[in-house]
Amino acid sequence: MKKAMPSTGRVEVQLESSLESVDQAEEMARRFAQAAGFSEEDLDKIGMSVREGLVNAVHHGNKYDTHKRAGLRLEMEGPNLVVTVTDQGSGFELAGVPNPLASENLLKQTGRGVFLMRAFMDEVEVRRLSPTGTEVRMTKHAAPANGKEE
Amino acid sequence: MTIKANTRQVDGVTVVDLSGRITLGEGSTILRDTVRELLGRGQKKILLNLGDVNYIDSSGIGELVSGYTTVTNQGGQLKLLNLTKKVRDLLQITKLITVFDIFDEETAAVRSFT
Repeated sequence: MKKAMPSTGRVEVQLESSLESVDQAEEMARRFAQAAGFSEEDLDKIGMSVREGLVNAVHHGNKYDTHKRAGLRLEMEGPNLVVTVTDQGSGFELAGVPNPLASENLLKQTGRGVFLMRAFMDEVEVRRLSPTGTEVRMTKHAAPANGKEE
Repeated sequence: MTIKANTRQVDGVTVVDLSGRITLGEGSTILRDTVRELLGRGQKKILLNLGDVNYIDSSGIGELVSGYTTVTNQGGQLKLLNLTKKVRDLLQITKLITVFDIFDEETAAVRSFT
């Protein structure tokens, strides 16, 4: 396993509210994380989390409104990757998201996006933006820098 | 690449060979339409072969669940075959591994339908 190496790079884009933007964002995040030295397994987790974040932004947040943009920022904070996704929708509270593992929710078609982000990233924070919109900030820690990994 | 779905009949079971990505948009739509079309033709024993599905997002997972509940509610059975490690891991962490009947071998899967 490769150690995630510190990088000074930062990428910030404003994307159209479309499914193409979801694919684009996922690919950008994977490339950024790969350049920072994250493992293939982590790239899958990061890519999936960014995908879920962008789906929430363009689908649930912006509702494919062509006048609204989804923001994606990728940056390294020391050895950690920080991904910030924003939308211009009406906003949502993390506390209001039902637990998809609860028996009454297990067979629901939707409601697993935030759960997957939290499962695959080390930290996920959600906050409402003023006057409107949501910001999702996800952090992936670098592989342990204790020299024990392969 | 998005998803491709080819169906074939094996001993009264419709095997759907899926390949590609099951994600929000075309991928999940094709899966949904395929299941609905089969039900419309009265084919209620459905085995989804996911051996060549290399990627599923939460929308794709939702479409699998929706397919399962739709088929079950109509008195049919929908089962899964040949999960890749990535897909199996996803079903594991979402606890859906406990919901679906999952097989690694087609003959055994086909035989399991009642």
